[in-house]
Amino acid sequence: MPLMQLTSPHTKNNVSTQKMMLEVIGATLLGAGILTYHFGWGILINVLWASLVALGCEALVLKIRRKPISFYLRDGSALVTALLLALAIPPTAPWWLTLVGTAFAIIIAKQLYGGLGYNPFNPAMAGYALLLISYPVEMTSWLPPRSIAEHTQAHSLQGALQLFWSGAISTQTGLKTVDAFTSATTLDTLKTARTLSLTLEEATAQNPVLGSLSGWMVAPGWFWSNLAFLTGGLYLLKRKHITWHIPLSFLSALTVTASIAYYFKPTLGSPIFHLFSGATMLCAFFIATDPVSAATSQQGKLIYGTGIGLLTYIIRTFGGYPDAVAFAVLLLNLAAPTIDYYTQPRSYGHKKAKKGLHSL
Amino acid sequence: MHKNNTYKHITQNGLWKNNPALVQLLGLCPLLAVSNTIVNALGLGLATIGVLVISNTIVSLMRKQIPTQIRLPAFVMIIACATTCIELLMQAYAFELYEILGIFIPLIVTNCSVLGRADAFASKNPVGASALDGLMMGLGFTIVLLANGALRELLGQGSLFAGMELLLGDWATHLRLSLPETYKPFLFAILPPGAFITLGFLIALKQHIDHMHQQRAEQTKAPVASGHKRIRVTDHIQ
Repeated sequence: MPLMQLTSPHTKNNVSTQKMMLEVIGATLLGAGILTYHFGWGILINVLWASLVALGCEALVLKIRRKPISFYLRDGSALVTALLLALAIPPTAPWWLTLVGTAFAIIIAKQLYGGLGYNPFNPAMAGYALLLISYPVEMTSWLPPRSIAEHTQAHSLQGALQLFWSGAISTQTGLKTVDAFTSATTLDTLKTARTLSLTLEEATAQNPVLGSLSGWMVAPGWFWSNLAFLTGGLYLLKRKHITWHIPLSFLSALTVTASIAYYFKPTLGSPIFHLFSGATMLCAFFIATDPVSAATSQQGKLIYGTGIGLLTYIIRTFGGYPDAVAFAVLLLNLAAPTIDYYTQPRSYGHKKAKKGLHSL
Repeated sequence: MHKNNTYKHITQNGLWKNNPALVQLLGLCPLLAVSNTIVNALGLGLATIGVLVISNTIVSLMRKQIPTQIRLPAFVMIIACATTCIELLMQAYAFELYEILGIFIPLIVTNCSVLGRADAFASKNPVGASALDGLMMGLGFTIVLLANGALRELLGQGSLFAGMELLLGDWATHLRLSLPETYKPFLFAILPPGAFITLGFLIALKQHIDHMHQQRAEQTKAPVASGHKRIRVTDHIQ
């Protein structure tokens, strides 16, 4: 007769991986909807295409690895990866861009390391970093948000499909390529304004994409989508799919650094600007909190989140790429095992473990 | 001559079984840094073959004179001499390529596979075998360099054999093949992380081929007569 297992945990939470992943997907929907409203149908097309590619790649690798295909496909982790990656890809992206990024994320960054639970890096961010390094032009051509630009053809369903398929839209005046419609993101625009040594007032006057609240600079489009991701993130917190440690430490590190820098040099962007533009909120609640690649101890999570916040600000402000979330997350993914090693909590009844220099 | 040192074995070892780049994973620094185009890969590969053959031959000739205690410094001196010769030759006949490869030609001195062959093979074997070992190890290294270079050039630049005229003279300009212009270069493949990934795939391919061969060999092997007691030494029953 087999003995009953009596080790902890004794209480059981009725949450399967599938249920958790589905709720994560659900929590991003509001943000995805707002992004679609502001930046056109391209966002939605990317999400659908990336999901399709992700499921296909996952099934392919599982078949080669001789693993049960439908069991692993149903856990929904591939869909989450695809969704997070697709939300970071510009709405003008041609089909092959999303294909390359998603295939890399699923096949190399996830399955070659052993599949869900074994990947040292966040697959979506690995895919994003690969695309950003390989195709910098395609990856930085965002459309202007709807609130400041008239509804261009690229925002419409038909235009977005044409861009997706061939990278150009046919108009009465001939073929128009992506360049005719795109503008830089807010983070990029601010950086360019800084290199031209414009003051904050001049920069906002010249670039409507920076927003009109010149004191705080809340970027249109980006602000609302970030707010939506914040709402989705708070829902995940309430459902206890994530803990508060990583989002809070990440956001406070970013706020503190941005505040100090803003005090000395306003053109670096206000803390509110940094909190509500780019992928900040998406990262705080959905990307950095990936349970596989993040640090696991509570103290470790605080260090991990703080590290991502600091690096995000530094790379965003002084680096060459428009946003820094992907690189910051990947670097801290690398550091996560070390962080966990040094922040291992003391188990009840044991002395505090001696680690590092103290153990000498 | 020991069984493992027959010319056939040396050739098999260098090219496949004990390939410096795919199995020993030695000399990865130049392998990853320089294999971004075929011409760079070929240039470095030829230089490495030259150094390996010369250093293995000299080390083998002098193996009785070099005291064991100071053999490594002596080997490094010999390798450095060989490298300098090759470097001067490249300056004379392929100067542009020499400029492109830059520091990686002098760095052949520190290529572990060169010192490794000197210590592991040439210092214990006669001249002929040593020279052949150098040639085969160098060839094995060069083939992997070329495969990696071709993959990375194709993905990262959308071309093959670009710039071969630097090495082979003007007629080689016509060798260049390119993908249609609509192909967007995959810059990642040209960068160092791309080299790690393509090399990883090449190693995986080699393992896969070996695995298939092993399986086929097991299938065709005659069934062992039952009733014999066999001593099991390792996991594999020989």
